[in-house]
Amino acid sequence: MELILEQMPIVIRALNVGFIQTLKLFFVTLIGAFPLGLVIAFGSMSRFKPLSFITKILVWIIRGTPLMIQLLIIYYFPGLVLHTPIWGGGEGGRFLAASVSFILNYACYFSEIYRGGIQGVPVGQEEAGLVLGMTRSQIFFKITLLQMIKRIVPPISNEIITLVKDTSLARIIALQEIIWAGQAFMKGSQGISGAIWPLFFTAVYYLIWNGILTMLLGRLEKKLDYFR
Amino acid sequence: MPILEVEHICKSFERTEVLRDISFSLEKGQVVSIIGSSGSGKTTLLRCLNFLERPDKGVLRVNGEVLFDAGDAFTMQELEIRRKRLHFGLVFQSFNLFPQYTAMENVMLAKELLAKEQPDYKAKKKEIHEEIAGQAETLLDQMGLSDRKNNYPHQLSGGQCQRVAIARALALQPDILCFDEPTSALDPELTGEVLRVIRELADQNTTMIIVTHEMAFARDVANQVIFMDDGIILEQGDPRQVFEHPKEERTRQFLSRFTQG
Repeated sequence: MELILEQMPIVIRALNVGFIQTLKLFFVTLIGAFPLGLVIAFGSMSRFKPLSFITKILVWIIRGTPLMIQLLIIYYFPGLVLHTPIWGGGEGGRFLAASVSFILNYACYFSEIYRGGIQGVPVGQEEAGLVLGMTRSQIFFKITLLQMIKRIVPPISNEIITLVKDTSLARIIALQEIIWAGQAFMKGSQGISGAIWPLFFTAVYYLIWNGILTMLLGRLEKKLDYFR
Repeated sequence: MPILEVEHICKSFERTEVLRDISFSLEKGQVVSIIGSSGSGKTTLLRCLNFLERPDKGVLRVNGEVLFDAGDAFTMQELEIRRKRLHFGLVFQSFNLFPQYTAMENVMLAKELLAKEQPDYKAKKKEIHEEIAGQAETLLDQMGLSDRKNNYPHQLSGGQCQRVAIARALALQPDILCFDEPTSALDPELTGEVLRVIRELADQNTTMIIVTHEMAFARDVANQVIFMDDGIILEQGDPRQVFEHPKEERTRQFLSRFTQG
């Protein structure tokens, strides 16, 4: 116990650094996947058959395979198979590859949630807008969007919380996120080796962060409660 | 000259012919009610007038201007259709109010969006907004909703919702206001308040096309009655004549179901 208290400041500092990388991946994924998901959703709903076919195949592949495999393929395939390493070396390259994998993966999940949300808005809403002389984009932004957001907040919240934990998968390509930082103390780092507790302790970070997110998303849900 | 001329409108879905050669005209300030059993094509006809459906054949004229001609692709351009729609207003059976907006905002939204497209909008933003708000307020007063302006649709009864929807359609000052079974989604005790405002509009010489199953109302409010059956206009004319002395056996059958109660 005394030993743990002694190691605590060093471990916390290292875990904080790792957690910053975790958060970076988390936010970059959301910023990328929210709009890309919408593009994919419109693609899969397109009346232009080839486009909807291709997007559906993409969603099938991405949702049908483990994110970990996608990470490995996206990171290693260009360099090892095509002999054109596009990601660049070091932590920056790993982060870029991880971001692309996560954005693509989450955009596909989001797209299906968006699709459900858009199709869940009664067709009469769009017709009412059309009859009132609104353009398609006015109808989307002024009428459909908010109703869709209200519908998708609960399922998206679920995905967001899963994403927090999924960022740990980036460990597989040695991205220096919080799991990587905790594990380092098993192999030996900054004079501490063979310590497994830092790895266990990372759970506290996830738990707190998810607690904060749950609260914020709950508030958003409540805020949209003013209409039905 | 009639305000509305509908000539030889035909519309099929897949292989089902829903409208078969529909022609009628309407004078300014007049009310026509369209009756007929479900599936006779009444709603589809209204949807064609509002460009929610595109007729396969036929011509549509408002004030002499050809709005739609199935033989002329130029009349079907998306941008044009938007402008043409504004000749018509449509009140839906299921209201279709925008749930995230208050009664006032529902009435104002479309007009504000249109105003934003005016070149001098930025300069006169405040005046324009106030004018639109004032007009919306007047309309809601007229609908008997003075104390419900800031309520959201889910806080209103069905009858109140439908009256907001009527105000919303009137805000754009359409030449012709269409009603698609405006009371069919309402509890029986709420139909009266909606029919009353429609009657008031008729008294103010609002040009209207009313699809309804309220036979007494259809007879009293209209200058002209159209009886539709299986995609055609089987009978049309003066309400008294159609209701009391129908020429067609089918019309008589249909009406007897209502008079027998």
